[in-house]
Amino acid sequence: MALLDVKNLSVQFDTPEGNIHAVNGVSFALEQGETLGIVGESGSGKSQLNFALLGLLARNGRTSGQAIFEGQDLLSMSERDLNRIRANRIAMVFQDPMTSLNPYMRISEQMAEVLMLHKGLSKRAAIAESVDMLDAVKIPDAKNRVRLYPHEFSGGMRQRVMIAMSLLCRPDILIADEPTTALDVTVQAQIMELLAELQREFDMATILITHDLGVVAGFCERAIVMYGGRIMEEAPVDPLFESPSHPYTRGLLDAIPRVDEDQDALRAIPGNPPNMTGLPQGCPFAPRCESVMETCWSTAPELVNFAPDRTRACFRPVEEIVA
Amino acid sequence: MSRPLIEARDLRVTFEIRRPSDLPWTPPALLKAVNGVSFSLEAGQTLGIVGESGCGKSTLARALIRMLPATGQVIWEDGTDLLTLSPRQMLQYRSRIQMIFQDPLASLNPRMTVGDIIAEPLRTHRPDMSAKERKEKVRAVMERVGLLPNQVNRYPHEFSGGQCQRIGIARALVVEPKLLICDEPVSALDVSIQAQVVGLLEELRRELGLTIIFIAHDLSVVKHLSDDVMVLYLGRMMEKASSDDLFADPRHPYTQALLSAVPIPDPKVERNKTVIPLEGDLPSPMAPPKGCVFRTRCPKAQAICETVPETEMLGTHATACHFAAAPVEA
Repeated sequence: MALLDVKNLSVQFDTPEGNIHAVNGVSFALEQGETLGIVGESGSGKSQLNFALLGLLARNGRTSGQAIFEGQDLLSMSERDLNRIRANRIAMVFQDPMTSLNPYMRISEQMAEVLMLHKGLSKRAAIAESVDMLDAVKIPDAKNRVRLYPHEFSGGMRQRVMIAMSLLCRPDILIADEPTTALDVTVQAQIMELLAELQREFDMATILITHDLGVVAGFCERAIVMYGGRIMEEAPVDPLFESPSHPYTRGLLDAIPRVDEDQDALRAIPGNPPNMTGLPQGCPFAPRCESVMETCWSTAPELVNFAPDRTRACFRPVEEIVA
Repeated sequence: MSRPLIEARDLRVTFEIRRPSDLPWTPPALLKAVNGVSFSLEAGQTLGIVGESGCGKSTLARALIRMLPATGQVIWEDGTDLLTLSPRQMLQYRSRIQMIFQDPLASLNPRMTVGDIIAEPLRTHRPDMSAKERKEKVRAVMERVGLLPNQVNRYPHEFSGGQCQRIGIARALVVEPKLLICDEPVSALDVSIQAQVVGLLEELRRELGLTIIFIAHDLSVVKHLSDDVMVLYLGRMMEKASSDDLFADPRHPYTQALLSAVPIPDPKVERNKTVIPLEGDLPSPMAPPKGCVFRTRCPKAQAICETVPETEMLGTHATACHFAAAPVEA
């Protein structure tokens, strides 16, 4: 059985401008120890999907569907039960380490808090374990630096602190939401390498949310591509990059400039990102799709299994997309 | 031979930093954001400037158009040193050098309509132009950058990020500049939109013969757009070469590390590549290392690196490294 089984998850926000359907009927399974990438551009719903799993949606957010973790549905759980799981069994690393750490608290306090709450450790033991974890994420001189405040660390070091904090309770699942987007490329490389090492060492399932296909290529075994709140395609990374089966994935890959190859011209995807208040009735990608057909405007295609481990949501036959 | 369109000689920008603990007579600490950078750019060419946060790339751009006080020389093609001009004299050069910024929404006044935003440079630089001509000009430039002329009365918040960047480009182009300075113009945009804007810049360069200084931290975008690339680190130039040379044969250890760190959207390549690790953090720009500023993190650093390296030239490939002449192992 899968470690986490998400079934038909939808997220809606009630706003004065109308209902926003941020996530529409997303289903996927996460296995023990697996690395799963969720890729998409702004407004694809990739972050809201994961906020929904941990009950972190804004107040006007509503969810439907199920997310089964160890026989329990995360979406219908009480706040109290959820608190036993969050940070403890399922932990999250956020994009901006400066705004996710409390600027008024020393690192030692913020980290110890987690262990005291979830593991019932004494403060002294909690701090000792926090130092060990800071060592594990390769923060030099962790014993002394644990007493510092977040602003005394550089961006990369702060992200290491975030990662250390998320791993304190040895979670089964780590959700990393754009963990390196705010960082410089050399620092990004260090952080991704660290994450990969820790992921293997602790054997935790990891969901990496990102807009960067390059990062997914290096870190993930499998990836889900989202657009306009829906899954467009899901596949192991090798076939996904080699023979993308969805026009959106194809378009994305063609639009990325590469340092390792000479390209003539980038092929941009025409049009604008989806307007979430007025999503088209059918496939959300239809207005920008070069392979669009009549049916795409009226009905959204279902996710269909078309090869082992591969699913796609598109009416065009695979052979016409995969060149 | 004609002069380059713009040439910077030993450009320096220094900020005085006062700390709260300083007494009134304590001399302020100096932050050398740009520390002796020189380059020249021929008309019609594109120069990419890359580097990580704090390397001085944006400061450099602002210094060129005198949005920041700088020392050294910035020579325009007619022989004028822009840094010696009075503000009034500078005004006429400002219409020849225009800039687009990183955050497309923040660089547009939210209370002005798109038409007014794009027309504003014309009011400043072409006060003699009639309202009718101005309107016609705005309309033409909007069409050129892919905006619909009927959007002229809308406000910036009604547009997406990519469209706002188009508005910014239109505002820059309306005065027909020769040099366009782009400061991270696509880094706030989604990949699919980024490619649209990059494509637009390429078209404009080709059709209008624009000269472009393209500042970015994303090496792949810079590679795609630039003829020449300059790599900065802590306010100093590390390496400068033609784009082809620099990416095929990076000679400076910093450039090599930077290139190796760029994620490549191909699982087979990305999983098997070796990233050259950089030790530690970026040193404080208030107290950069003596000698080569990169030596504290350089995998090749030796005792000799405590002296400032001369810039080695190999053809047009300039490298500020003591080991640049030695063959570079892969």
